[in-house]
Amino acid sequence: MATTATPPPAPKVNRIGLPVLDYRGGKTTLCAGCGHNAISERIIDSLYEMGIQPERVMKLSGIGCSSKSPAYFLSRAHSFNSVHGRMPSVATGALLANKTMMGLGVSGDGDTASIGMGQFVHLMRRNLPMIYIIEDNGVYGLTKGQFSATADLGSKLKTGVINDLPAIDTCALAIQLGATFVGRSFSGDKKQLSAMLKAAIAHKGTVMLDVISPCVTFNDHEGSTKSYKYMQEHEEAIAEVGFVPHFEDISVDYDAGSTFDVRMHDGSHLRLHKLHENYNPTDRVQAVKALMEAHEKGEVLTGVFYIDPEKPTFTELLNMVDDPLATLPQERTRPSKQVLDEIMNRLK
Amino acid sequence: MATTNASAPSAQGESAAGSTTRPVVNDFSIQVATVNGSGSQSANAVLLKSIFGMGIPVSGKNLFPSNIAGLPTWYTIRASKHGYVARKKDIDILVAMNPETAKDDILSLRAGSVAIYEEGLNLQQYREDVICYPVPFDKLTAQVCPEAKLRKLVRNMIYVGVVAKLTQMDMAVVEAAVRRQFAKKQKAADLNWGAVQAGYDYTTQSLTKHDPFVLERMHATEGKIIIDGNAAAALGAMFAGVTVVTWYPITPSSSVVEQLIDYLKKYRVEQDGKASFAVVQAEDELAAVGMVLGAGWAGARSMTATSGPGISLMAEFAGLGYFSELPGVIFDVQRVGPSTGLPTRTMQGDLLSIAYLSHGDTKHVMLLPGSVKECFEFGGAAFDLAEQLQTPIFVLSDLDLGMNNWMSEPFDYPETPIQRGKVLTAEDLKRLGGFGRYKDVDGDGIPYRTLPGTDHPKAAYFTRGSGHNEQALYTERPDDYQNLMERLNRKFDTARTMVPAPVVVQNGKSKIGIIAFGTSDFAVTESRDQMKKEYGLEVDYLRLRAWPFTPEVLDFVASHERVYVVEQNRDAQMLSLLKLDLPAEETVRLRSVRHFNGLPIDARSVTDEIVLQEGI
Repeated sequence: MATTATPPPAPKVNRIGLPVLDYRGGKTTLCAGCGHNAISERIIDSLYEMGIQPERVMKLSGIGCSSKSPAYFLSRAHSFNSVHGRMPSVATGALLANKTMMGLGVSGDGDTASIGMGQFVHLMRRNLPMIYIIEDNGVYGLTKGQFSATADLGSKLKTGVINDLPAIDTCALAIQLGATFVGRSFSGDKKQLSAMLKAAIAHKGTVMLDVISPCVTFNDHEGSTKSYKYMQEHEEAIAEVGFVPHFEDISVDYDAGSTFDVRMHDGSHLRLHKLHENYNPTDRVQAVKALMEAHEKGEVLTGVFYIDPEKPTFTELLNMVDDPLATLPQERTRPSKQVLDEIMNRLK
Repeated sequence: MATTNASAPSAQGESAAGSTTRPVVNDFSIQVATVNGSGSQSANAVLLKSIFGMGIPVSGKNLFPSNIAGLPTWYTIRASKHGYVARKKDIDILVAMNPETAKDDILSLRAGSVAIYEEGLNLQQYREDVICYPVPFDKLTAQVCPEAKLRKLVRNMIYVGVVAKLTQMDMAVVEAAVRRQFAKKQKAADLNWGAVQAGYDYTTQSLTKHDPFVLERMHATEGKIIIDGNAAAALGAMFAGVTVVTWYPITPSSSVVEQLIDYLKKYRVEQDGKASFAVVQAEDELAAVGMVLGAGWAGARSMTATSGPGISLMAEFAGLGYFSELPGVIFDVQRVGPSTGLPTRTMQGDLLSIAYLSHGDTKHVMLLPGSVKECFEFGGAAFDLAEQLQTPIFVLSDLDLGMNNWMSEPFDYPETPIQRGKVLTAEDLKRLGGFGRYKDVDGDGIPYRTLPGTDHPKAAYFTRGSGHNEQALYTERPDDYQNLMERLNRKFDTARTMVPAPVVVQNGKSKIGIIAFGTSDFAVTESRDQMKKEYGLEVDYLRLRAWPFTPEVLDFVASHERVYVVEQNRDAQMLSLLKLDLPAEETVRLRSVRHFNGLPIDARSVTDEIVLQEGI
């Protein structure tokens, strides 16, 4: 037994003085080994490292395994688990009510690319300021393993059923529709996903991240194109993603010939080190071309495909007052009696 | 013909053309038959406002097709010294401007009615018992309007002049109405006023008045306004402090939001040019209502406006709003269903589907405005109720109320401050140490909530449409679910004490009563007078203004032998709701009067049906 009491070491805190514990959520009820849990961990890390106040975040989701996951991180943030495929509209309303909040949406491949396709495309088109993550495993987990619309042609279910329809590429779609930060990652690629999430936090418009996240129960077998093994063998990064937040000293040199340095709206820098020829993350046409070419070759391309750090967001276009609409006082939302009298007189 | 219920003309006409009868003063209807897209709206507005300007109570109804241009349209104006503003079943003066329908139009008239038409149509050949005034519209138009492309529009102003002369309108008032109609366009005003005068002069010189219908100045419209129900609802929302408006265009609700946008741009843009509101045209009604609930959750006063097909699409979100307790206001300007139905005709047909909209045990508070003034008042009250009750509030108007012009007393400025309901701030949480989102602290079934962004570590909670306990945590426990559903029922009972009470008119003696709501009120008011005058039958009246019902409803039913529930749908939807709510022994007193042909209900139909059922 120790005789001298040493004070317990002070917990490590981030730049706003919070320990990582304050970014955690409830205990996960997803399967052990589920890719979604790894994504939750990366979300916790990146919010912690970026020093985001948990109370300034709104977590939004639809329905499905993925959409449950907001319960497993950031308990100190308001969360809204809405209806299947309709998270984009709820998120839109919430961000109009309070544009000063950070919107963090978590969806799945079924929730986005099938039932939610209508709302997904319009969210991308509006460039709503939020992060939209697809936890993409190619199957419906909660209903026990049916194909989703992101399952690849020829992919095989455990039951032997072969998918005979082409996959919807949510990244190519998002780029075409007007999202301003589009990338794909893999739940097993800790370094890349962390860097992309931190950059996502720094971005002002819509961030669309399709994260391949294997379903260990229904889609991790031989013949699946969304399994851990398949991803390890076929993942092909288009560029190495580096991120320097605005609050850190940016002194590291880079080779301008091989690296794109994107200055983000908040002053952070996204450094994309080219691994593919012809890579240009500010060129939409090039980005879609690269995605289609990789697909032809049977590769799963990852990385940041497209970024436009300055395009006006939906809330900017609406030219709303600076304060949240939600809490405007009556003096600013109810016109005076003179106004009503004036209107009444014109109707006489 | 599409706009009257009249069958073949009666042989027992009251008067034949040319006979002299006692003048009919300030009590007749004018119907203008045109094609849509021909610009007749301005001419009809001038007629309506001229009668209004002469101090005579007046109402106007536009019966239009679901089409942009070229299909038949009828506009009906009713002048009534008694102040009746319901649709009048019979037309007294027809202005037949549409050759396609002219024959049917004149055939549908009662004997003794008037027909004004282009002389080339020779309509007199069809009816000897109708007073005919052929007018050379094309010739007169060409004389006053040298520019050929404007003639189609100016032509309509000629009939204004003809009607004005025949009915002895005050021409100074007519000119004022024309000048006001074209206030911003001096040239258009002069051209149109010239056309009115040409019609007037032709009538003076070439026609001899044989009909009894005349207008005389009254003082019954002083201080009154004319407005449509959709504009009134929009004003109600603006003065209620609406901040987030979402919509998907659908007839007949689009003009709620279109007019709201105009008002907001004028009165809710701050000095720095920034808006204290957001309006979004959504991709569909599912998204529109999703945005409303997301905004309500985050603290905005949010609304959308739609009609029946949109309501059907909103069903899933309506259940989420009820179960997760999210505020939001949904205006439903009802049209004829089911399915696409008759998109430009009126119906009170969405009651049952809204009352229980969504799967599981769901029910929603409905407000039922019966006038443009109530569109304004309930349009405002709905936002307070939504936040106080933390639930979607539905305001059910209809096409007749929403898209037609109505006379009204001016609206009163809201007296009470905006009510934001039970919202806890960071300071409250500091004092309380935390809260249970779905805990019934006050016993009224209404829990406390926090808004996203509240700066306190215990402010957050998890909103979900799945099972949740008092702490907003996921649960499938039988007792948790049952407790939640019973609390939601308590909340619904609390709503009974907060919604607008019915308006009751009774004399303490009548054995029979009427229950009605919304636009049926205009017909019922007139019908009660008819029954008293023609049959000596005094009928009490309760006008419902909300669901859930308040205790007055049971009292009213229990104190009458027979109660006629008057409504504009086939399936007696309000009667069904009453039967579900009232004790079984009282429901035997209920009878049904239904009207569902797409036209607004008229007094005569109500009177005839009640008299028939009473066996008088």
